[in-house]
Amino acid sequence: MDYSLRCKVIVGGRAKGRILSTKQPINFLSSVDHLTGLITDKNHELCGEFLKDNLLVFPYAVGSSVGAYSIFALKSNGVSPSGIICTLKTDITTASGCAIANIPLLELSKDQEIPEIENFSEGTVDGMSGILQIKKV
Amino acid sequence: MHNHNYYRPGDFIMFVHLTREEEDALNEKQGTAISTAYKILLSIGKATNAEKLIPVEWVHLSGVNYNTIGDAGVNFLTEYSQEARFLVPTTINPMGYDSHKQNNLSSNFKKQQGHITNAYEKMGSVPSFSCIPYELFQLPDRGHNVSFAESNAAVMANSVFGLHTNKESSLSALASAITGKAPYSDLRINSIRDPKIKIKIEKELKTELDYGILGYFSGNTVKESCVSFGHQISNIDMYKTKALAAALGTSGACGMFSSKEVYDESISYGKEEEKSVVDELNTTDSGDVIALGSPQLGMYELELISNMIGGNKFSKKCMIFCPRPIYEKSCKSGIAQRLKNAGASIICDACTCLSPLLSREEYDGVITNSVKAAHYLNKSNGVSVCLTDIKSIIRNYTK
Repeated sequence: MDYSLRCKVIVGGRAKGRILSTKQPINFLSSVDHLTGLITDKNHELCGEFLKDNLLVFPYAVGSSVGAYSIFALKSNGVSPSGIICTLKTDITTASGCAIANIPLLELSKDQEIPEIENFSEGTVDGMSGILQIKKV
Repeated sequence: MHNHNYYRPGDFIMFVHLTREEEDALNEKQGTAISTAYKILLSIGKATNAEKLIPVEWVHLSGVNYNTIGDAGVNFLTEYSQEARFLVPTTINPMGYDSHKQNNLSSNFKKQQGHITNAYEKMGSVPSFSCIPYELFQLPDRGHNVSFAESNAAVMANSVFGLHTNKESSLSALASAITGKAPYSDLRINSIRDPKIKIKIEKELKTELDYGILGYFSGNTVKESCVSFGHQISNIDMYKTKALAAALGTSGACGMFSSKEVYDESISYGKEEEKSVVDELNTTDSGDVIALGSPQLGMYELELISNMIGGNKFSKKCMIFCPRPIYEKSCKSGIAQRLKNAGASIICDACTCLSPLLSREEYDGVITNSVKAAHYLNKSNGVSVCLTDIKSIIRNYTK
């Protein structure tokens, strides 16, 4: 069944892609290869997945302040997520990185029931209306 | 007064109020570089529910080491520095290596690193190349707002020196350096600086490594911006505090610790929790090089290590990372010579973590007392780490 969720828009724009969803925070500097977009941290549940053209759904970024440049580098190298959705709180690293890289960034609104967002379903984000649509496959 | 306080579908918070002047700057009335900086601040303001922007007195930037920001960073900064200029005093983090010393880094690395340092210089930075600006420069009074990227410096500023900063990113701090402003949110608001969650310490903490491991666990565990450790951390040595702050900043989003008591929620920290961190980061039993200084070492730590060594010599290669002004001071006092006599090499302008001087090609394992260094050596440099406290390092590897 398809469903949609309301979001706060941090960086506008439209995007779609396969959902890459995790409950674990990400350190963009130490856990992601900037040339390929591969998640390399063996302690992360998305280890082995590529960010490219996916919608990344994760709680927030942790660790290095340089992570903002890492997000920009992913975009410059053509391997960034098409859009990012923060499920818990949008952190400064992700917000500033997406602002410079022009990657649509949304945060799930807390005043709604949020089901488990399944990995590998198809999603669309609309940075004008602030709606994340999920299509189960 | 213009502001952005209008409703758009999907936004359920108020917008950041901008003054007429700020709004004009956002709309490129003062050029594209300043407009870009305001765009960054506005996105952070929305993310953190800031009601307005406030002035900051001092900015400390990360994103100086070519090893971390890569070609994308070089290209961005080269272009951005054509027009952008810093409005407030701005210090910068370590770069990749010590330009006064021989090394076998590629000419491409040095060329790209040079573009980065030139760009920062052009924009008007103080060439500090240090991650411990709080030990080099006179600090503003407690309660004043600064903007510190570099996670250990942000945590130290909030927790020890009473300055107000969020755990800034390289780009948010850059935007603050250009505009002299930062969103008024999170740890800049007094009520958020009161911890709501406590880590209840249920094991004895002796060494700086013990404090680092506690910090790493806490960053991993706590989602809030401020954490309490209770009274057990109120009177500890500076080098232990640095270890705690650096590790906390590395593993999490938390930007401040406090000794204030919290009665609502607590999480236990005992032997089992300690073991989970050690199992993740301690990836070898020994190493072929000792690396000290992540964060960089201050005068007090150089003196401490030099006293511990006495007249002995290191049995393994030893690299000590400290800011150049500290090194120059230690040359005058004779401490640098004593460390060199023991076989250590002292490296300035760089730091243990993320330096290409500690690569997998050159070393199988690195011995260090820094949990922050252990995280990045393992995960970014791909080098195994033997975590050992400084007393044991001196005991095991000098004679």
